[in-house]
Amino acid sequence: MKKIISKLHPADHDIEQFIGLQLRFGVLFSSFIVLAGGILYLIQSGNMSLPHYQLFIGEKAGLTTGREIWHGVTGMEAKGIIQFGVVVLIATPILRILFSLIGFILEKDRLYIGITMVVLSIMMLSIFGGLKV
Amino acid sequence: MTILTFTILLLAGAYLAGLVGSLTGLGGGVVIIPLLTLVFHVDIRYAIGAALLASIANSSGAASAYVKEGITNIRLGMFLEIATTVGAVAGAVIAVYTPTNTIAILFGSILLFSAAMTLRKKNEEALLAGSAAANKLKLNNSYPTKAGEVSYHLKNVGAGFSIMTVAGIFSGLLGIGSGALKVLAMDSTMHIPFKVSTTTSNFMIGVTAAASAVVYLQRGYMDAGIAFPVVLGVLAGAFTGSKLLTRIDARVLKYIFCTAIVFVAIEMIYNGYNHKF
Repeated sequence: MKKIISKLHPADHDIEQFIGLQLRFGVLFSSFIVLAGGILYLIQSGNMSLPHYQLFIGEKAGLTTGREIWHGVTGMEAKGIIQFGVVVLIATPILRILFSLIGFILEKDRLYIGITMVVLSIMMLSIFGGLKV
Repeated sequence: MTILTFTILLLAGAYLAGLVGSLTGLGGGVVIIPLLTLVFHVDIRYAIGAALLASIANSSGAASAYVKEGITNIRLGMFLEIATTVGAVAGAVIAVYTPTNTIAILFGSILLFSAAMTLRKKNEEALLAGSAAANKLKLNNSYPTKAGEVSYHLKNVGAGFSIMTVAGIFSGLLGIGSGALKVLAMDSTMHIPFKVSTTTSNFMIGVTAAASAVVYLQRGYMDAGIAFPVVLGVLAGAFTGSKLLTRIDARVLKYIFCTAIVFVAIEMIYNGYNHKF
């Protein structure tokens, strides 16, 4: 049975292995960045009293755009580094779509190249569509 | 409370959330929102941001193992992700116009539904003949079991796709993976064996959550001080859970957890109804 299936989709097994590795690496990489930023955050402001999390500030708190976050990272700001780790975490499943697309292109599976492109476009709309309202 | 004490307490709470979430299959996000709002009195919008991150971490961590084993149906996941991502983006947009108290009540209702879904009978039978749409979309596949490869077919693709859109909306609105709705669509409607449906649902949660997470990040729902203990705690908990799962019988735990969740759900609905959010 396995043989028939793998003949049907020759690259499936390799893509599965690769996606598995990519997801694992993405999660590990992002948690490493978050941990580094978190330790710095605790050293710098661990003794301070807790911000008023019962009040929602939203965008005014900063670190909501790529530029602000990158500034935070290059300036070695603890919160900026954590937020960069958060971005890497969110990017992990998005990159997975991209790698699946490459896989389907290698298999010349037109239908799924199309389906994956649709998912990717929705994702891009969400990122660059200015939906923050 | 200092930032240090808050971080340590939240780290411990997130660890338990990840552990229980992976043992019961409900995911970490379901526990993170009540933990942050009811215990730490954090605004529900920050809680939603943190729960989305917990869902992505949980899903990507677990999916990496399932995908390698070849249980996950990648084509099915990709096809249904059209529905869940459209839903998730719509949910994130609707969220702006939804009062936080309404969100709390909706969250409580979904919790009750998830608890019921966890306890229901699971579909273990593989369908032998699928519908025309399933064949056309190449959704039929096979998965490894102890008795060798088992091939399965599926039906009701349209209905499954519609339920997935609703699952996506709830995911975007509430910041959870809405695994229960995803499993309802795949397991009960499309007749997929539950091992395939749970792993494929888990595989999709990361992409679904990311679709609304990018919107919430730009809206300032993700606070670094909360994200840091939540992400690390949930990941460590989910990792422990996946190691424990093969050794212990999680059935008793499921019953205990579902009872606990019912109480949490009632409290969320009650507080939302009394405008405490």
